[in-house]
Amino acid sequence: MGANHTELGENRRFLLGVFEREEDILAVTRAARDGGFTIADVYAPYAVHGLDEAMGLRPSRLPWVAFALGVLGAGLKVWFEFWTTAQSWPINVGGKPWNSLPAFVPVTFEVMVLFAGIGTVLAFLSGRGLLPGRRARMPVEGVTDDRFALVLEETDATFDLGRAEALFARHGAVLVEERNEQEPT
Amino acid sequence: MASACTIEREPLIDGNKTPGEVTRDICGVLDGTPSPMWWGALAVSSSVLLLGVMAVSYQIATGIGTWGLNNTVGWAFDITNFVFWIGIGHAGTLISAVLFLVRQKWRTSVNRAAEAMTLFAVMCAGVFPLIHMGRPWFCYWMAPYPNMRGSLWINFRSPLVWDFFAISTYFLISLTFWYVGMIPDLATIRDRARSIWRKRIMGFFSLGWNGSYSTWLHYETVYLLLAGLATPLVVSVHTIVSWDFATAVLPGWHTTIFPPYFVIGAIFSGMAMVLTLMLIARKTMRLEAYITERHVGAMCKMVLFTGSCVGLAYGTEFLIAAYSNNPYEQFVFLNRALGPFAWAYWIMVSCNVIAPQFFWLKRIRRNFAAVFVLSLFVNVGMWFERFVIIVTSLHRDFLPASWASYAPTSIEIATLLGSFGLFFTCFLLFCRFIPVIAMGEVKGVLSYGRKSH
Repeated sequence: MGANHTELGENRRFLLGVFEREEDILAVTRAARDGGFTIADVYAPYAVHGLDEAMGLRPSRLPWVAFALGVLGAGLKVWFEFWTTAQSWPINVGGKPWNSLPAFVPVTFEVMVLFAGIGTVLAFLSGRGLLPGRRARMPVEGVTDDRFALVLEETDATFDLGRAEALFARHGAVLVEERNEQEPT
Repeated sequence: MASACTIEREPLIDGNKTPGEVTRDICGVLDGTPSPMWWGALAVSSSVLLLGVMAVSYQIATGIGTWGLNNTVGWAFDITNFVFWIGIGHAGTLISAVLFLVRQKWRTSVNRAAEAMTLFAVMCAGVFPLIHMGRPWFCYWMAPYPNMRGSLWINFRSPLVWDFFAISTYFLISLTFWYVGMIPDLATIRDRARSIWRKRIMGFFSLGWNGSYSTWLHYETVYLLLAGLATPLVVSVHTIVSWDFATAVLPGWHTTIFPPYFVIGAIFSGMAMVLTLMLIARKTMRLEAYITERHVGAMCKMVLFTGSCVGLAYGTEFLIAAYSNNPYEQFVFLNRALGPFAWAYWIMVSCNVIAPQFFWLKRIRRNFAAVFVLSLFVNVGMWFERFVIIVTSLHRDFLPASWASYAPTSIEIATLLGSFGLFFTCFLLFCRFIPVIAMGEVKGVLSYGRKSH
């Protein structure tokens, strides 16, 4: 899931552009990436479709986490049901075989869903550093309401501030600001 | 190809809203002081809840002999209420998970409230098996834990144990799905809250969400995974509930049609409950722009479809009973339609099969008063469906000497009313403290700031 850029080193400089329309943020992100800028992150009030491609993000690997947890949950449950009913204390219920595998299917399914569902959410929250009571580090006000923000990292040699500002202006930025150090708070 | 096939659609949200207006409209409800109507509704529902609490306390202290059960009818009111409430819950998962997977964007206006409905309905449902145990303080015996009795393990071959696992998983997954879907909205409230307490509470529960797209990307994946897991889960839950009956060798219960019949009936009753609740919420919370004729129309069509499926299932049961040449099976079904509980059977048929047929007419689907009344009919009808299935299969058993009747006692009726009190109290509190419409999702279906396709 990658390290959160907010926790990286010091004395880094960022350029922040704020936009008001979805089509602007999509276009400016695409243009910034094509123009060779380093995109630190984009902030949006909702999941804008196509932004992951525009930013060049790789798809999430969480489905693998879900799959592995589901297999683990199902496996453990089948073993547990077999162990309790056929080994630990076998009891004759209505003459059914001790190892009644077909009858174990429903509970195994439920436990698989439980493991995969809850486990994936916990993996997501811990992977993204989303913890109860954690202070939100907002780039600019309004990104949870109606504004979009593109944050470019000013890498040393290649970054051309004038060109970046022109790019933001061309796509209708309502606010352009330079931010020092760590996270643009 | 895509452009050639594009159909001009009505917008999902009326009034050309901008994302900022969505925030203001939906959070505005939480900012103001509650209306007298809200206080009135809360007073009524919490009083009814109190009545239920008293009834439950009394029957736990005295024993379940306070119910109208007898040797022949050993399951009746309590299990009816349990199946009824579980069924109500299913529409919430259908709207939030299944309609998400099939990309029905209209779900965004109703999914939050529908998921809340699921949670509260499952809570109501859970109360009934708990009371039915007779000694609810031993309810932890349902869990397979190492104990001092052997260890004596639970019987994993029993559908009642499957049910325990299914309902608990369903509650936990629904709760997780609801909460995950709410995190971005809680952050929105946090960032516009003026009162320090609201800022703190929402800050705690919004987990430091800041709208970063690299988080959104994983968030969307998690949401999709949960939807993909919840979809088979919801089918499994009511399938397992139906197995509580279908694995018994009783005519009227022991049929292979039960799982699909129960699942579709659950969605039918839940959709009707969503309609009932959303039509009230839309009016009282001024959400007319968000819950439009398109949303109500789409839900009416689902009620019509599932209601027709339920009607088909009623017919199929009779056909199979006739075709089976099994006299016990035939007797049970004739007894349902013509016996002492025929009144309940025909209430069920008229509410579940006939009432939804009015939704074929666009005029009815657009008349919200009519939709509201019809949705109430379906709620009543689906409660009677469970009552009919349970009681008519039991009250005249194989031995005519032991035939009996059943009538609920006042304690049982008070418990049912109490469950409605619990449900509506929770729902009213939900409407005050949590945005009833998923802002983060509705903003994604606006036409504002987006190139027309």
